[in-house]
Amino acid sequence: MEKLSGADMLIRALQDEGVEYLFGYPGGAVLHIYDALFNQEKIKHILVRHEQGATHMADGYARATGRTGVVLVTSGPGATNAITGIATAYMDSIPMVVISGQVQSHLIGTDSFQETDMIGVSRPVVKHSFLVKEARDIPETIKKAFFIASSGRPGPVVVDIPKDKTNPNDLFEYKYPKSVSLRSYNPSQKGHTGQIQKAVDLLLKAEKPMIYSGGGVILGEASNALTALTRKLGFPITNTLMGLGGFPGTDQQFLGMLGMHGTYEANNAMHHCDVLLAVGARFDDRITNTPSMFCPNAKIIHIDVDPASISKTIRADIPIVGDVAVILKEMTDLVNNKKSKKPDKTLISKWWDQIALWREQDCLKIKRTAEDDQIIKPQDGVKAVYEATRGEAFVTSDVGQHQMFAALYYPFDEPRKWINSGGLGTMGFGLPSAMGAQIAFPESTVVCITGEGSIQMNIQELSTCSQYELPIKIINLNNQSLGMVKQWQDMQYEGRHSHSYMDSLPDFVGLAESYGHKGFKIQSRSDLEPVLNEVFSIKDKLVFVDIMVDPKEHVYPMLVAPNGSMRDMWLEKGVRT
Amino acid sequence: MRRIVSVLLENESGALSRLIGLFAQRGYNIETLTVAPTEDHTLSRLTLTTVAGDDEIEQITKQVNKLVEVVKLVDLSEGDHVERELMLIKVKAKNDQREEIKRVADIFRGQIVDVVHDAYTIQLTGTSEKIDAFVKALPQDSVAEVVRSGVLGLSRGEKALSI
Ligand SMILES: Cc1ncc(C[n+]2csc(CCOP(=O)(O)OP(=O)(O)O)c2C)c(N)n1
Ligand SMILES: [Mg+2]
Repeated sequence: MEKLSGADMLIRALQDEGVEYLFGYPGGAVLHIYDALFNQEKIKHILVRHEQGATHMADGYARATGRTGVVLVTSGPGATNAITGIATAYMDSIPMVVISGQVQSHLIGTDSFQETDMIGVSRPVVKHSFLVKEARDIPETIKKAFFIASSGRPGPVVVDIPKDKTNPNDLFEYKYPKSVSLRSYNPSQKGHTGQIQKAVDLLLKAEKPMIYSGGGVILGEASNALTALTRKLGFPITNTLMGLGGFPGTDQQFLGMLGMHGTYEANNAMHHCDVLLAVGARFDDRITNTPSMFCPNAKIIHIDVDPASISKTIRADIPIVGDVAVILKEMTDLVNNKKSKKPDKTLISKWWDQIALWREQDCLKIKRTAEDDQIIKPQDGVKAVYEATRGEAFVTSDVGQHQMFAALYYPFDEPRKWINSGGLGTMGFGLPSAMGAQIAFPESTVVCITGEGSIQMNIQELSTCSQYELPIKIINLNNQSLGMVKQWQDMQYEGRHSHSYMDSLPDFVGLAESYGHKGFKIQSRSDLEPVLNEVFSIKDKLVFVDIMVDPKEHVYPMLVAPNGSMRDMWLEKGVRT
Repeated sequence: MRRIVSVLLENESGALSRLIGLFAQRGYNIETLTVAPTEDHTLSRLTLTTVAGDDEIEQITKQVNKLVEVVKLVDLSEGDHVERELMLIKVKAKNDQREEIKRVADIFRGQIVDVVHDAYTIQLTGTSEKIDAFVKALPQDSVAEVVRSGVLGLSRGEKALSI
């Protein structure tokens, strides 16, 4: 059997795991590992400019492909810089393996140079973590890390490796395990047959049914199964911010996104439904509004791979734990079964009439006075991007108003095309996650819809984009303010804009050009279409498009809080239900 | 309601801190905690008591079960069970109080495990209530030092928590 050092075993294990890209940044504790990387070509290393960027790139890669993203950082500051990205992945259940260097074993606990207790610091934001105690354990630990990160409800796994365990002079027999089993970890797979039958019976009796699906459908590769069942039943459906693309966004049965900035029809249909089918969603506080006022008349069926997500905030009447794709397929089979009752479209025709009335509200109509004809509303920007990309791009976003506008005005017909930090809401996510997606799909159009606040949180990665020639299109909806913060101050603090402006902004076009990219600035509405068409015709270069948008615009609808239900919404400034 | 949660845990460093961290992170309380390896040295048995309503204990057990190092978990308070706590207590016992304290210890089936001229060290096992009652029954201001093991428990009958 061949003998390898810990560092070589690590790299070999990653190769054997099928890892294509490693997003990383070197430092003392990982020098042996970097030396092992130097001697091989299978794994491509992407040298980032900040470790947070590395984690978001791996995350964007994972969201776009469904494969596990991999990160390599050094101990101490390298490791702590990665924490925000690990937490971001944790909140959205993204499969990720983060390898962090650690000081030499004998120095652990002595406050030695660049020592941080990475296992401790990361503990609340990882699915699991390993501290490598023996170099010979490296292959098996890596196998376990990938298995845990990618199975069940996915999540980030940290593998912390003390420098002495990668010493090039200590050699071990290398063998990569074909599989691992952990007696304490068995992500459940199959849903309970009796519960599934009960759910189908309840759905077929519903007069005001509603389907609400989330990120679990994307992560569980269940969009086809969900679409088939939804079409078969003829029910209305809504997606969470994390679940967009789980069902085709341009389909007639789709009512748009729900929740804090959900559409009028989706939120109303949630409130008034009599049977709610929740799939791979977790009834988060940005969805339910006041939990005690949530879906007052509904029986709730909840399908999720994570039992802890069921009945956490909202009690489920029919809980079903297991792989969502498998369960949805079983449900469809039951509905198709000759013996069972057929979906009766007349039973729900009144419900669709009601939904048609809610749709007449046209809640996403852009409100514009005659004077602001040439003012670009942020919504105009998103719509123009949709047209220019024919709705086919990968779109990442940062966090703020622009994120909500992107979610509401760029419908996604496919899963994995919409990439955003929904759970943690991490500003600075947009650009690096777009890089991960672009690296995975070099031929596809990848757009980052951002704001002038968020983009500056990881703007250093523009340099990485030059190095690896990533032709991302950055759409900066520049409202010269921390728009979402300002909106809350307008609505809840009588317009006192405490530190929500963005002063001393750089010349973004000049900045992009200084990194070797192209830049455009758009200031008038009539320029949107022609300039964006030009931008998207440039296939080989990153383009930074600085779009000056109306700084006063708010995102609507918006749920009324506190003490509101899902039907209580602000529809425009000063106008509520 | 007071719950007794009993957990089989991989006997690995870090497993305990993960479990304790989960309680802190999610705002669950821990009243007592005891942990030691089992007859199978790859496993630890951990017993903790917490106060939680039905919904909360459901979340606690689900969240704890999700930890990769947790092999098995049971909420003992759900069914018939035996529970015990061990206390060692140092009691000031001078002159005329010596007899009285010894008598109380006898009533509670406590054992005197160390004697000096002005103090006893007493060992007592039982339910937490019995131990509380014993402490209360001692003469006022006589207690010098108390150490309690925290609750241990097993379900009644032949069913065992094992892998
Ligand atoms: C790292 C981080 N810090 C602070 C916040 C709070 N926050 C949410 S939205 C927002 C404003 C974002 O401004 P910008 O990127 O310009 O987007 P806009 O709302 O103007 O579209 C802030 C500060 C956050 N989400 N993330
Ligand atoms: Mg802004």
